Amino acid sequence: MSSAAAVEALNTTPYRYGFVTDIETEKIAKGLDESVVRLISAKKQEPDFLLQFRLKAYAQWQLMEEPDWAALKYPAIDYQDIVYYSAPRQKEQKASLEDVDPALLETFDKLGIPLSEQKRLSNVAVDAVFDSVSIATTYKQKLAEHGVVFCSMGEAVKDYPELVERYLGSVVPIGDNFFAALNSAVFSDGSFVYVPKEVQCPMELSTYFRINSDDAGQFERTLIVAEEGSSVSYLEGCTAPMFDTNQLHAAVVELVALDDASIKYSTVQNWYAGDENGKGGIYNFVTKRGLCKGRRSRISWTQVETGSAITWKYPGCVLRGQDSIGEFYSVALTNHYQQADTGTKMVHVGPGSRSTIISKGISSGHSVNSYRGLVNIGPQARGARNFSQCDSMLIGDQAAANTHPYIQSRQPEATVEHEASTCHISEDQLFYLQSRGIESEAAVSMLVSGFCRDVFNQLPMEFAAEADKLLALKLEGSVG
Amino acid sequence: MPACEPSPVQTGDVLLSIENLHAHVEGNEILRGVSLRIRAGEIHALMGRNGSGKSTLSKVIAGHPAYTVTAGAIHYRGQDLLALSPEDRARAGVFLGFQYPVEIPGVSNLEFLRVSCNARRQHRGQEELDTFAFEDHVRDTMAIVQMNPAFLERSVNEGFSGGEKKRNEILQMALLEPLVAILDETDSGLDIDALRIVANGVKTLTLPTTATLLITHYQRLLDAITPDFVHVMAEGRILRTGDKDLAMALEQRGYDWIDGADTPQP
Repeated sequence: MSSAAAVEALNTTPYRYGFVTDIETEKIAKGLDESVVRLISAKKQEPDFLLQFRLKAYAQWQLMEEPDWAALKYPAIDYQDIVYYSAPRQKEQKASLEDVDPALLETFDKLGIPLSEQKRLSNVAVDAVFDSVSIATTYKQKLAEHGVVFCSMGEAVKDYPELVERYLGSVVPIGDNFFAALNSAVFSDGSFVYVPKEVQCPMELSTYFRINSDDAGQFERTLIVAEEGSSVSYLEGCTAPMFDTNQLHAAVVELVALDDASIKYSTVQNWYAGDENGKGGIYNFVTKRGLCKGRRSRISWTQVETGSAITWKYPGCVLRGQDSIGEFYSVALTNHYQQADTGTKMVHVGPGSRSTIISKGISSGHSVNSYRGLVNIGPQARGARNFSQCDSMLIGDQAAANTHPYIQSRQPEATVEHEASTCHISEDQLFYLQSRGIESEAAVSMLVSGFCRDVFNQLPMEFAAEADKLLALKLEGSVG
Repeated sequence: MPACEPSPVQTGDVLLSIENLHAHVEGNEILRGVSLRIRAGEIHALMGRNGSGKSTLSKVIAGHPAYTVTAGAIHYRGQDLLALSPEDRARAGVFLGFQYPVEIPGVSNLEFLRVSCNARRQHRGQEELDTFAFEDHVRDTMAIVQMNPAFLERSVNEGFSGGEKKRNEILQMALLEPLVAILDETDSGLDIDALRIVANGVKTLTLPTTATLLITHYQRLLDAITPDFVHVMAEGRILRTGDKDLAMALEQRGYDWIDGADTPQP
């Protein structure tokens, strides 16, 4: 099979996670105004500071314009045609897993995320979020023995209000951008992690986000705080059913690392991407930012983006601490009519701060895949260093790849290096593998996975193989 | 394709039969009527000027998509080879050792060799080798070309010297156990020691039931591996066929002697 035929085979990719769970949900009416914001806050029995946070954000959002600078084309989103709160109807208080609706447990089983005691992933604690709410968090007890808090944002607001009040919005201010403001007004659930001083979190933490409704948006909010000398590795995964309409996902993730703390945040994003004609799929508008607040603190973002009709996200680091380190490792694969505008922002404030950016974009079908990255070096950041490498791979002749690097430096003693390359999947490499008996689809997927190797090596071990498989699945015509 | 090999090969069986083959690339006709028959137990050498069509012939046999066959046929063990995909040709036992093996960054050489070897094994009805069994197998096999096992940990051909790339090609030949091996200028770019190692490797792998087509410019490879037939290509055809003495004569007198280009045209 020629590379053209191999590309053809890509266009029959199945989506394994496209099923809908039939479960009774509690939804509020479509549309957004101040009363909806108050209603969400009331449903979650929130303290007043949080209601005020939401109202302030809502007021700001109303004054803001949806950004149009990204290389993305999509019909205008009708924000009054979205349900802002949707929760599976279950017992008020989930005292234990036994109280969780079996249909929900079964859903996560089917997604490969077993929550029940016997079948749990070993050494990975999971928070499972279904539409607007967290339905279960595993290994809480074991983590608590080490003083690590891992729970849903809803629980954190009740149990650790002072921590939430102190850090929520401290990295991504409510008016940061249009989607962050919207999230700040209506966010539902998400995960909260707190790692105390000098504690190395004993297991991987993971949140699995599932959108189930066809008309509800998901607006989760995640906050991770790592105190002095602590470290934690966190992974999020995402899937959604196949609908021929689009669903909005506008999340905010904030990370705070104090002196000598280290946070590794990995994402495997596989939201439904729409069909081969570009119908349906998730609109993924996400704001993720880490604050390297302390000296020698370190925040590392690793993302494998394979899903969503539209991806708009720029996980970044504000490197405030002296000698702090920010890293961004990204693989973005687009196919059919998917559009991705993704990259990072590295803002160097502290002296001696360093950042590394490795981005691998793969575009096939009619998709558009853009890297957009900012490296900003402030006047105090003496001796700051950045290294960026952005590689794009094109499969077929209908796909597009763009690179938009922005470099701003107000510090003469800083070093910024940027390398970029674009290649087509090489016919000679493909032929070489085929001439050794490797069939063309497997050969394409081997080449793509080789192209992404530098980034996959950054993923936690448990997930590196998963990411490889996911990419192969996205690239192969076979049913997984 | 059947999942196992047809009946075993006997010495003297016709393995590869090329008849009046015409092929072009990007509108240029490169092969203009090549005919060649190769039997089990034979070693053929294919010589000729750069641009005479030797490499093109090898790539057409292996199924490179850039080349279009416009006339003629290739049969492999009686089967229409042109109807098969490149991977099926390889699985059936046709091997091409590349003149310029490509580098494949990020793909582990060990994993590549394992997937490749298993594809061929599966076709022959042999059990596939798991990671551990394969690693033992490949380490043993590497001895044939005196290759350092450290090359298993590297990406395919990435940063290999010219000689290391060629040894990696012969290693692949050893793992795939082809019935017909076409080696495209495997000797070029090798120093004397590397040439001896590669030539010895090829000799070890040459059996009475297999055939080899050596594409080369140099007598020194043919000193090490004596060919049964020597063919000279020019302008997309085989102009002359002889035995090892033809190669010796070419070494002394050059190609002009064959195609008569040094004879003043009337």
